[in-house]
Amino acid sequence: MSNATVGVSSGGAPKISRINEVVIRIAGNSQDGIQAIGGFLARLAGRSEQEVMTFMTIPSTISGGPSIFQVRIGSGEVLTSGDDADVLLCFYQHSYEGHINSLKKKGIVLYDSDHVVPKEEWQADYHHVGIPISSLTVEAIGGTAKDKGKNIYSLGLIARMFDLNVPKLEKLLGERFTGKDPSILNNALAAFHAGYANSPSNVMETFQITESQKKDGHQVVMNGNEAIGYGLIAAGVRFGAGYPITPWTDIMELLRRELPKYGGSFIQCEDEIASVSMALGASFAGRVAVTGSSGPGIALKTEAIGWAVMAEMPLVVINVQRGGPSTGMPTNIEQSDLNIAINGGHGDAPRVVLAPANVEDCFYMAIEAVNIARKYSTPVFFLTDQGIATRIEAFTEPNLEKICQDISPDLTPVASHKPYDLAAKDGVTQHIKPGTRILDGKYPIATGLEHDEYGHPSGSPKVHMAQNAKRRKKLQALGATLPLPKVYGPPEGNILLVGWGSTEGPIREAVDRFRAAGDSVSAIHLRHVNPLPNGLENIFSGFHHVFVVEMNDEGLYGIGQLGTVLRARYADSKIQGINKTDGLTWKVKEIVELVKAKAKK
Amino acid sequence: MSQTLTEKPIVPAVATETATGERKGLTKKEIAADHPTWCPGCGDFSVLALYFKLIEKRKLWHEKITTISGIGCSSRFPYFVQAHGAHFIHGRALPFASGVSLSRPDLHVFAFSGDGDAFSIGGNHFTHTARKNIKMTLVVMDNQVYGLTKKQTSPTSPLGFKSKTDIWGAVEYPINPAKQAIAVGASFVARTTASNPNHVLATMEAAMDHDGFSFVHCLSECVEFYEGAFDSANPRKGGAFNEVPKNHDVTDEMAAYKLASADFPGNFGVLYQVKKPTKNAREAEINASFQSKFAGQKDWQILQKTFDRMK
Repeated sequence: MSNATVGVSSGGAPKISRINEVVIRIAGNSQDGIQAIGGFLARLAGRSEQEVMTFMTIPSTISGGPSIFQVRIGSGEVLTSGDDADVLLCFYQHSYEGHINSLKKKGIVLYDSDHVVPKEEWQADYHHVGIPISSLTVEAIGGTAKDKGKNIYSLGLIARMFDLNVPKLEKLLGERFTGKDPSILNNALAAFHAGYANSPSNVMETFQITESQKKDGHQVVMNGNEAIGYGLIAAGVRFGAGYPITPWTDIMELLRRELPKYGGSFIQCEDEIASVSMALGASFAGRVAVTGSSGPGIALKTEAIGWAVMAEMPLVVINVQRGGPSTGMPTNIEQSDLNIAINGGHGDAPRVVLAPANVEDCFYMAIEAVNIARKYSTPVFFLTDQGIATRIEAFTEPNLEKICQDISPDLTPVASHKPYDLAAKDGVTQHIKPGTRILDGKYPIATGLEHDEYGHPSGSPKVHMAQNAKRRKKLQALGATLPLPKVYGPPEGNILLVGWGSTEGPIREAVDRFRAAGDSVSAIHLRHVNPLPNGLENIFSGFHHVFVVEMNDEGLYGIGQLGTVLRARYADSKIQGINKTDGLTWKVKEIVELVKAKAKK
Repeated sequence: MSQTLTEKPIVPAVATETATGERKGLTKKEIAADHPTWCPGCGDFSVLALYFKLIEKRKLWHEKITTISGIGCSSRFPYFVQAHGAHFIHGRALPFASGVSLSRPDLHVFAFSGDGDAFSIGGNHFTHTARKNIKMTLVVMDNQVYGLTKKQTSPTSPLGFKSKTDIWGAVEYPINPAKQAIAVGASFVARTTASNPNHVLATMEAAMDHDGFSFVHCLSECVEFYEGAFDSANPRKGGAFNEVPKNHDVTDEMAAYKLASADFPGNFGVLYQVKKPTKNAREAEINASFQSKFAGQKDWQILQKTFDRMK
């Protein structure tokens, strides 16, 4: 909470302080609806033109288990969900003891005194505010609800404490509970107002988040998985197939529910292999289709993805990464699938790998993925992770009328067709779709066998080398069109941090922190991971050190997965890895400390 | 609204429907592509020839049929047909064909497979494609042996069959494909044998006309690795070709199951056929009910409504 120190007033009316941003961490169990409070706060921030970013953990147990939701709301640029919280709201003893360390010194711990016994030794460091949240909720909405509703009661407490816009929150509650039994909304409003009215008079001050500058247009608020789903719809994707696996499942549920509105279908298949195969069938038959998965599900799909490379079939493969190998850490964050995305499968099988940097990017890059798949007739891996999948952000509403595209297949007859034409520009294949008449009567076969230009099998070494080159060259052609990433910070200096995917926020914030302390640190973020844009060596040459910051193991040679790719391409020993696999998003201070340690070596 | 799953085919399905009459039905020469790479005497030649005949007879156009396969001797099929086709990976022809069928209601989708491809590596997909009743025709050319890899035991090899992986004779009980198909909910199940061309043609034609997942189990001899496997079903070799009894009720699941259980070579013809909604029809219904709520709106306007709720 910059600009103001939280403290206890010496009685009387609470004083009002203006702050630029606040980090609130809510800790409880997964069934307490704490994600709902976080969601309301994030959505409210979006409607108030503030920036917002969230972070949540979910247990991998079937029901229950500790869970947290952290939300950071600010009037300036918000890059991460925040290292440490200003306010910790905790429902249980385990939430209190487990998360007090994530609270800033002198921060406020707001606890449910029905369940939490505060510790004497922490009284001096944190401002404790105990409220019997459970019993007051029951009092407010009647005894039948038991544990239900205390999340909304707590939302009322927070709303009072941060002087949040009550009419807007009431409207959000109304929208959330719309269509249900009206008594549910009435209960929610009763709980909210009880919390709001009972706001602790022993809290010394309330806070107002300064208004941010007017942004152009409205903001929309969603998480990364939603942004991907809607991005695909905007791109014109009308068919997908998948199998449930965390944390990919949200996307398939969304597409199953939404695609029928657009005349499309998403099919739940018997297994991962069937789903990638069915998506390829639909791509072959009409337009780019989507499949996706996480963890082991991706491994199962790799044979069919190899076929897509060989047959040059467009396909979008969403990979919401999680901790691996094998079942690994299903609900934790990791970036350890870069290798399988770039190389997974047998044979020489070049394909495209994209990695969005934030939630807004998930939307726009999903469209880019579809268009690259179409233009270069290639499978495209789309790498996100559990952190970005469930992270809620607000971003400027896209102009859907301009963005939405129709990619229906063109079935106009053609005179002749050679799908694997070696003379095609940049080696790019363009399949024509079944239903298209070919006037010379020669029809193509999409195939996984090495093939001649019509798709008929060929075991000729010459043909294999020529077709291998064709499949390679088209991705080199794509690479040549990719923009170089902008350097965050000065283009020359001591240390360059290189990141990819969901880690852009904490890396940039680390750069800000270094520069504020007078250290020469800049960063670039790679969103196109395979092929890489050309010319990165010119950026690297401006720095003494190039540290690749990734959430994966450093590996046998100590440089991590992207680090290994960059080393292979640039043969530059100043490229070093900064890696971790604790299953949580980077904290800014972790990056800062590891960079300092690495630079000393 | 872009062209969708629920819309009518863009081009008429058969040659006779042309207004100008410029296109005649295709000749065998126009349908044949690469010369088949099968061994001389292979039963698959017969199935291919009868597929050509089916296309000729029903005046199907090249572009309106899609021929899909996995891996195996039988699965070389698409290369030999002048039509849009795909030679996919081992065991996965059915989900691939499902993707075609579900996104393109205007095409006839044929999948050709073998006993290893359909019942071993692809066994899971056989079950679920049948269960979902996805509209397509699956012809499995069963030779009861792995031929492409040169004589290993297949899931339909009979007990005692000597192969390179069971030199003492197969010790595992074989799958009965027709029984399995009936049990998992296939809506059309027929048996035929490559040695009886007229019967193959009639069976494929009935399968093609069935609105749903139609499964044709076709015995097709491998003369290299399992010669004489089907002699008992071939009158020319001293066997007996027994058709499904005339009084058999094809909608009677138990009766069909019983017929399918008969000792080899059993009965040939349609064992089971019922009308039930296809997955294709169900999905189209879901789409129609959703789309009626958004009649006249462009795709971006529908998406805008969703975004408005996320502000």
